Amino acid sequence: MSTVAGTERDSVVMSARGITKIYGPTRALNEVDFDVRRGAVTVLFGENGAGKSTLMKILSGVETPTSGVLELDGEQLELTGTVDASERGIAIIHQELSLCPNLTITDNIFMGRELVRGGIVVDDRAEAARSRELMERLAEDLDPKTLVGDLRLGQQQVVEIARALAGEARVLIMDEPTSALSGNEVEVLFSLIRELTAAGVAIVYISHHLEEALEIADHAVVFRDGALVATGERDEIDIDWVISHMVGRAADDLVPDLLDTFGEVALSLRGVTIADPSNPARLAVNGFDLDVREGEIVCLYGLMGAGRTELLESLAGRVPLQQGSVEIHGHTLAGESVAERISMGLALVPEDRQRDGLVQTMSVGENSSLASLLKYVRGLWIGKRAERDAVEQEIADVRVKTSSADASITSLSGGNQQKVVIGKVLLTKPRVILLDEPSRGIDVGAKAEIFGLMAREARRGLAVLFATSEVSEALTVSNRIVVMSKGRIVRVLESASATREDLMVASGEATEDELSRSEDE
Amino acid sequence: MNSSTTTTPDSKLGGGPPKKSRFGRDVDILSLLLEGRAFIALIVLVIIFALLSDSFLNFANLVTMTKHVAYNAILALGMLFVILKGGIDLSVGSTVGLSGVVAGTLLQGWQLNLFDIVLYPQVWVVVIASLGVGTLVGFVNGVLVTRFNVAPFIATLGMLYIARGAALLISSGTTYPRLGGSEELGNQGFLLIGGGRILGIPTAIWIMVVFAIVAAFVLKKTPFGRWVYAAGGNERAAALSGVPVQKVKLRVYMISGFCAATTGLIISSELTSAAPQLGETFELNAIAAVVIGGAALTGGRGNVRGVLIGAFVIGFLSDGLVLLGVSTFWQITIKGAVIILAVMLDQAQQRVKRSKNAALAAANKQSADDPAPIPG
Repeated sequence: MSTVAGTERDSVVMSARGITKIYGPTRALNEVDFDVRRGAVTVLFGENGAGKSTLMKILSGVETPTSGVLELDGEQLELTGTVDASERGIAIIHQELSLCPNLTITDNIFMGRELVRGGIVVDDRAEAARSRELMERLAEDLDPKTLVGDLRLGQQQVVEIARALAGEARVLIMDEPTSALSGNEVEVLFSLIRELTAAGVAIVYISHHLEEALEIADHAVVFRDGALVATGERDEIDIDWVISHMVGRAADDLVPDLLDTFGEVALSLRGVTIADPSNPARLAVNGFDLDVREGEIVCLYGLMGAGRTELLESLAGRVPLQQGSVEIHGHTLAGESVAERISMGLALVPEDRQRDGLVQTMSVGENSSLASLLKYVRGLWIGKRAERDAVEQEIADVRVKTSSADASITSLSGGNQQKVVIGKVLLTKPRVILLDEPSRGIDVGAKAEIFGLMAREARRGLAVLFATSEVSEALTVSNRIVVMSKGRIVRVLESASATREDLMVASGEATEDELSRSEDE
Repeated sequence: MNSSTTTTPDSKLGGGPPKKSRFGRDVDILSLLLEGRAFIALIVLVIIFALLSDSFLNFANLVTMTKHVAYNAILALGMLFVILKGGIDLSVGSTVGLSGVVAGTLLQGWQLNLFDIVLYPQVWVVVIASLGVGTLVGFVNGVLVTRFNVAPFIATLGMLYIARGAALLISSGTTYPRLGGSEELGNQGFLLIGGGRILGIPTAIWIMVVFAIVAAFVLKKTPFGRWVYAAGGNERAAALSGVPVQKVKLRVYMISGFCAATTGLIISSELTSAAPQLGETFELNAIAAVVIGGAALTGGRGNVRGVLIGAFVIGFLSDGLVLLGVSTFWQITIKGAVIILAVMLDQAQQRVKRSKNAALAAANKQSADDPAPIPG
């Protein structure tokens, strides 16, 4: 493997100057200056929405900045798209793998830039030789003719990296590359990263796992609210440094009124274990115990892949439990369908509104009444007035802004669509309501309304269990925070006394061990 | 916000964008034309044929054409349920043949070799048996799709062959003639299904009317109908709302099979004979009627009115061209062009609708930027 002369290492290969990105009324990035250095790993820290991803999209040509310039090798650069970027040696590995499982390793590596002979025929031999070479370089003993679908997740990640390298990447951006990997696979990835940097590749690395990210970092930058707030070299960065720069934002002002005394236990989980639907050998949720009382709001806080969504979907009846028991008001569930659970008073507001929450071809009213339709049946048919009255009352109650109940659901904004989904669930008269990332993809105003609604329903005696990956939400709109990591409860915190640091440490963004280590230093 | 919108009492539900008035100045001619395109096409067809042929608007001719429409319309109504759910049923043509053959074999006497007797069931038994066999074909389609996850196109393509094969096997490839039954056996009356008239109108047309009314009622007024639309529009969201998606899927194929069997009975009765080849390519006309009527093959969109108009367009077009003496080859070509044109116009309408909804959503967002106080 070639090594790069020391003089070249650490020189700036790519830089961003005064980058600002504005989406509608929000300023995702504000006057950011950022350098990527040859042969080094630059780690980006920051909470969700701090601007990391937006910057990476700009660097890789997915988005163009509203103002500011990019430079590559000291020359100004305007990227027209991802293809343009990859031709210039800038590659990005996304959080979700983007491989075709039905094609071989070679086919995937050369997808979209096949080597051709005479302009017509794919040059299989050259492609195979090149991918074998890449696999060797990545120290992965894989036949390039293997189907990608037959590979383990970690190996697929290697293919993704090989694809980036096949385009002679000089700048390699990795967005949460370890979220799907096991501990061993992370080690492999890290040794690979070190080899790549030794060969002079510049790496930009994003991860929520502070511990892992610090292990691999040569430099670090911290983002907060769209601005780059700190830059540090390897020997001056530690957990404390990162957290103190990531936090430091005034608490959001969406604090709704919460009860402090609760009723009976409404939802009770004992030893709940759920297999990962996409990989049955892995447990998405492992031995989960939890009680939620009437009037209480419990927050499930955790990173992506912690098992929050799997837990909530399983409670709603979509995925079966592997082990353990669930009780609703003392009644033990045993394989009831979604509809039966809804009639027992357990309902879910799913994470992905477009995919799981709404029927886009139906009106606002039809979406609202979908889960409670049987309540309006009079004899053989749906009582029109009964349905309309219930829907219109609910629309007013959750404050959906719509011209009428007959308007198309797609004519509403994201926040109002989310209110329709919540209204639909409330129309089933639930006693326990589950919400998965209820504020995802909606603006601040609508967020406050939605959490206001949640608090109001809790005051009316509902037990509320909601999942979030945003620290400020976890702290301000819940009575209790259950921190999840890798399918287990790692900590239970009282929201009133918990701090941002507590949450981050507990969720695995940093470990306690590390925090105490950094305190000792 | 669009300043040209007019305010209506509907805006009482918050400060959202006011609904466009149906009668106001700003009625959008283009989208109105697009929405009523199938109906407009039908009227244009009628006018053209009436001008070109004296006998087109003749009452007897209209009745005959409508009877032909009825065969396809009944099939298409069943197909509508399947397509609304986002599936397809290619087996209906074969089911038409199979149900006719089942009726034929029962009316001619069902030989039970084991007991060495021949059974002559009464007509109502024959009808129920035929409808049952058709529904069973649909049930098998449904089970293949829901239980074994076979893609609807493949499952029903397979059943297209199997049902046709069954019809040929039962009849040994021959046609059952003389389905009239005989007085001494007490199995007369089958010919009334397709050949009879009520108030001077052929029974086939009455059956179409009844089926259309029932289908419209089921789709519009019952939870099952709403579930068909919901599961076709977004299966995952419907399932998470407690809609029994698998049951709905199974039922829509059974409905389609039932409708196909009905058509088989009507046509066999009309022809007074049952041929195993009956109904070949009928599935394509049924799909065409549904599509011309504005249904989306992806599911969730379509209605009975559209299907009826689609069936009339196809039927009047074929019969009208025959009346004018246009060659069969041209008839087929023109039919194909009409189908493609219908779908292109449908795409245009959807585009107009989408951009309108996107504009509304943007306006909705703006008005939502000023958040209401937290309720409660």
